[in-house]
Amino acid sequence: MKETTFTYEDLPLKIRESVEENFEKYKPTEAQKKRIKERVLELYKKISYEPGEAIGIVGAQSISEPATQMTMRTYHAAGAVAKQVSLGLPRLIEIVDARREPSTPIMEIRLKREYNDKENARRVARKIKETKFKDVVIEDVIDLVNSAIEFKINFEILNELNLDKESLLNILKKYVKNYKLEMEDDIIKLTSQKDVTIRDLRRMKLKVFDITIAGIKDISYVIVMKKDDEWIVTTLGSNLRKVLKIKEVDPTRVFSNDIREVEKVLGIEAARNAIINELSKTLADQSLDVDIRHLILVGDIMTCDGTIKPIGRYGVSGEKRSVLARANFETTVKHLTEAAIRGEKDRLDSIIENVIVNQVAPIGTNMCELVYKTKKRSKK
Amino acid sequence: MENKITEIDFGILSPAEIKKMATVEITRYDLYDRDGYPIENGVMDSRLGVIDPGMRCRVCGGGVGTCFGHFGYMELARPVIHVRFVDTIYKLLRSTCEKCGRVLVDKEELKDIMNPLYDLYLAKKKKCPHCGAKQRKIKLNKPYTFTADGKKLTPLEIREWLEKIPDEDLKMLGLNGGRPEWLIITLLPIPPVTVRPSITLETGERSEDDLTHKLVDIVKINQRLRDNIMIGAPDFIIDDLWELLQYHVSTYFDNNISGIPQSRHRSGRALRTLAQRLKGKEGRFRSNLSGKRVNFSSRTVISPDPKISINEVGVPEVVAKELTVPVKVTERNLSFIKSLIRNGPNELEGANYIIRPDGRKKKITEENKDEILEEVEPGYTVERHLMNGDISVFNRQPSLHRVSMMSHKVRITPWKTFTLNPCVCAPYNADFDGDEMNLHIPQTEEAQTEAEELMLVERNIRSPRFGGPLVGCIQDQISGNYLLTKKETVLSREDAVQLLQNIGIEKKIEKDYITGKELFSYLLPDDLNVEFKSNACINCEKCDKEKCKYDLYVKIENGKLKTGVIDAKAIGREKGILIDVIEKKYGPEKAREFLDNVSRLGVDFISRHGFTIGLSDVDVPKSAKRKIEKSIEAAEKEAMELIKKFRKGDIEQFPGQTLKESLETHIMRTLRKVVEDASEAISESLGENGAVIMARSGARGSLLNLTQLAGCIGQQTIQGKRIQRGYKQRTLPHFRKGELSPRAHGFVPSSFKDGLSPFEFFFDAMNGREGLMDKSLRTRKSGYMERRLVNALQDLRVEYDGTVRDDSGMIIQFVSGEDGIDPAKSEWGSINVERIVKEEISK
Repeated sequence: MKETTFTYEDLPLKIRESVEENFEKYKPTEAQKKRIKERVLELYKKISYEPGEAIGIVGAQSISEPATQMTMRTYHAAGAVAKQVSLGLPRLIEIVDARREPSTPIMEIRLKREYNDKENARRVARKIKETKFKDVVIEDVIDLVNSAIEFKINFEILNELNLDKESLLNILKKYVKNYKLEMEDDIIKLTSQKDVTIRDLRRMKLKVFDITIAGIKDISYVIVMKKDDEWIVTTLGSNLRKVLKIKEVDPTRVFSNDIREVEKVLGIEAARNAIINELSKTLADQSLDVDIRHLILVGDIMTCDGTIKPIGRYGVSGEKRSVLARANFETTVKHLTEAAIRGEKDRLDSIIENVIVNQVAPIGTNMCELVYKTKKRSKK
Repeated sequence: MENKITEIDFGILSPAEIKKMATVEITRYDLYDRDGYPIENGVMDSRLGVIDPGMRCRVCGGGVGTCFGHFGYMELARPVIHVRFVDTIYKLLRSTCEKCGRVLVDKEELKDIMNPLYDLYLAKKKKCPHCGAKQRKIKLNKPYTFTADGKKLTPLEIREWLEKIPDEDLKMLGLNGGRPEWLIITLLPIPPVTVRPSITLETGERSEDDLTHKLVDIVKINQRLRDNIMIGAPDFIIDDLWELLQYHVSTYFDNNISGIPQSRHRSGRALRTLAQRLKGKEGRFRSNLSGKRVNFSSRTVISPDPKISINEVGVPEVVAKELTVPVKVTERNLSFIKSLIRNGPNELEGANYIIRPDGRKKKITEENKDEILEEVEPGYTVERHLMNGDISVFNRQPSLHRVSMMSHKVRITPWKTFTLNPCVCAPYNADFDGDEMNLHIPQTEEAQTEAEELMLVERNIRSPRFGGPLVGCIQDQISGNYLLTKKETVLSREDAVQLLQNIGIEKKIEKDYITGKELFSYLLPDDLNVEFKSNACINCEKCDKEKCKYDLYVKIENGKLKTGVIDAKAIGREKGILIDVIEKKYGPEKAREFLDNVSRLGVDFISRHGFTIGLSDVDVPKSAKRKIEKSIEAAEKEAMELIKKFRKGDIEQFPGQTLKESLETHIMRTLRKVVEDASEAISESLGENGAVIMARSGARGSLLNLTQLAGCIGQQTIQGKRIQRGYKQRTLPHFRKGELSPRAHGFVPSSFKDGLSPFEFFFDAMNGREGLMDKSLRTRKSGYMERRLVNALQDLRVEYDGTVRDDSGMIIQFVSGEDGIDPAKSEWGSINVERIVKEEISK
């Protein structure tokens, strides 16, 4: 950073833009402009990172120190429809753990401009909300004599979903095997073609209940909201891959808080941004002020090798190069024996190994590796 | 330059190496003879090292501290498997041929395999591609018994098998630590006694270390096994003893293997063997290797002292005489050194030790100080007492972030506690209800300079977390400045001069009377220009700026406070706009000076002015009380209305909620309005008294606190919901079952001042208890998260080229923080371009 060739043009775009904006606003003279640019450049050099800065430790502390202050404010967002989002410390831990399934997956869907109205938002919402078979059943009877199950169907709901008898039967057919499907009036009858016990019938009933007959799987609730002239569909449950295919949806502005899913559907760069956004949102929710750079660092280290690695034993910490650093964290004996078999070498490159052997760690003011041998001055 | 460890190799010890490093063969299990001397070739053989003070080592001649001990070895009558390597042996047996020892794969195939050891283990090959031999099915019965086609494989057989595996094949499998047959133990290294010292009890009895007990067991069983083999005992006896030896050797390595019982002490306590010594929080690694202990440190209770600088720490005399700083004696400081020695160890500004050029250390006493005075000359080093201005490092646990450890300049005080300026409470998260803190004295010039240049409080005013000031005025320091800078405050010349004198500013004041704002302006740099809204600002719809009728718009022009009051927004921690601006524009020294002055001025002024709070501060006029009562009544009525509607089933249902949940949401919303109304009524009716001043200026307390004291406490919640638990369908037996009314579910309409009814008190206590539980659970969870985060990120550092890399040189970020700006030096994470532009234009 401290090179002499570093000029004003090398400054981050955001700073240069900010300079231009202020030029517009205050209209300085050319001479003043030149001075301002010089001063900004000078200041930038002064406040940039110095070599050796323990950026990781500072970042980690900057996230976890406010985490101790997090309160359990579940009643936040007074007035708004209570969204059952996990937040605060549990959510923070969930993010750095990179759990396969977040406890409350949420999606925020925005529509393409031409569909941005209440009607369309409602329609999209209805379209994606998952309806299971049990939602259209009013009554169910297990007929033990004929080994059959009978369901009484609510056609009002069915009509709302734009489904009719045949299509409903067709959907069910895909999942139901070894049973005969019949329909009489508003009753669907499943008759077993084999000898079955009551338990089998009950199990079958539950299985049929769980069949998705409309909407997108996993999306259990849908809320339509208006935010700054824009209709937003918020969902409980996340299924990016399918939602992105809906024609009314603007695919560039669909958000999911399921980081693993974002990685699967949109790739690692998107996952990195999702981690940073989620961390930032969680902290901002608790009105805790943490510089975005610390969060970016966490996002970067979790995704730097192309897959999402959790922070901890099975992720970043467990893949360290240094044997001693790994042994120091968790599962001490396993790492030591493994190192012995593989004949590993610890190069003592980072902090904790050097602390262990009582040497100064190569960080901060000790990063310098230059040794200058002074000639002994001859005695006068 | 001193020697440095650059690399540590890990590998498996071969029997040859074990024998080579050993000084003695252990064959006997008794420890001492009748006279209490260690028995030759016993587990405590004196050639294994010295543990008794005053003894000399028979091998190297060193005493305790200089001789680290020596290994011995023991020959096992039959080999046993090393438990910690069972998995590796299993994988090896399954991926190599029993006949020829080759890996069960041909060259072609191997190219496609990523992790041969693991993949071949899964593959279960039936035939060897090299010699064509049929492979038996190997199975592992945990923890350490192997079978081949159901027949037991003895360690001897396994060893023979492993010996056959050629070196090249091992390399292919990624095993570079040594020969696999070494994983079957034939020679057991006996650790030196220095790692398993015995302790002599007061009664003269010796108590042996757990490891020694275990080793005795091993030697005993080994002896029996050998005897039985010698006399040709039947196979089943030998097998039993062999198994027993395997058990003892296994628990010697790890006494926590699932599937076999723990090895226990006579008292029933499980033995702490090798693996247990290393593992976990109290293990060697985390407790001893990464946790270092230090000298030249001190710990005591802390107390506040608003008169000292934020850069200083008050150190008691007793501590100052105990902690020392080494000073090299030169021709130039000789007379100073002599005065130190003359003062001796018992007087302040004295010295405790001298160190001769040959490194010998001598204690200075009252008796020998004249002698030493004669002796001392350039080249000596003197360990002198702590003196004013020395550099120290001050720390409070838990050290959650780097500003939990900062450098202060020592100031010797006659008290018995460490004192610090309350401004620095924020970074340490300290208060004075009995908190203790640690003080360290850096010993070398290098350490002292680093501490002063990098860790001094003034250089850490800005938090690395968000780039704003973390150090700032608190409590009376804020109230004082608020009172001082209020519009109506006028001081006589005498008072003003004295206040300025107290903080060390000497200014001539011409006028007979001076306003508080004018006085405050003396602390500001002359060319300072800022404008902002103060903390008490009520955010009117249209801001009148400097013409604000409440005098809440702060405007500073050329270092003169024109309008507005100074409160938490100007000088408080985490917000402090004035601190922020001064630090950036004039540097840390000026910011420190400003903070020192401002905090002292605030405290001085408030102690002259007088400040108190009392019960009458929360007296509210009848009209306001009536308003609150009405609001409560209305809300309760509305809630009952809602409940009635709910019973009929016609309330508005929220998406994603059941009818009952919707009702709860409705009621909560209705009741929340009560506290809002009460808040409003109270803020209108309370005049400016102590409690209100503190709340408005942001010194302590909030409007909510006042509302709860004077107006209405409001709804008590458990996990964000109205209180539901207690008895069947009711919270307390005094309510009807299924009652949904606000009061039956934790709504508290009383105020703290009026007092709470028993029910209300109980609900309040429930809420309070939840808070306590939540706090203790949270600290544990976030502590573990911190440990994990720090562990994952600790190796990252900024390189000379501006990239962020880990210890293996992998690039994590190409430009640190994406734009290269260090938040700890920035203004809230960026450059304030507008300020620069404004400054340039007004030039």
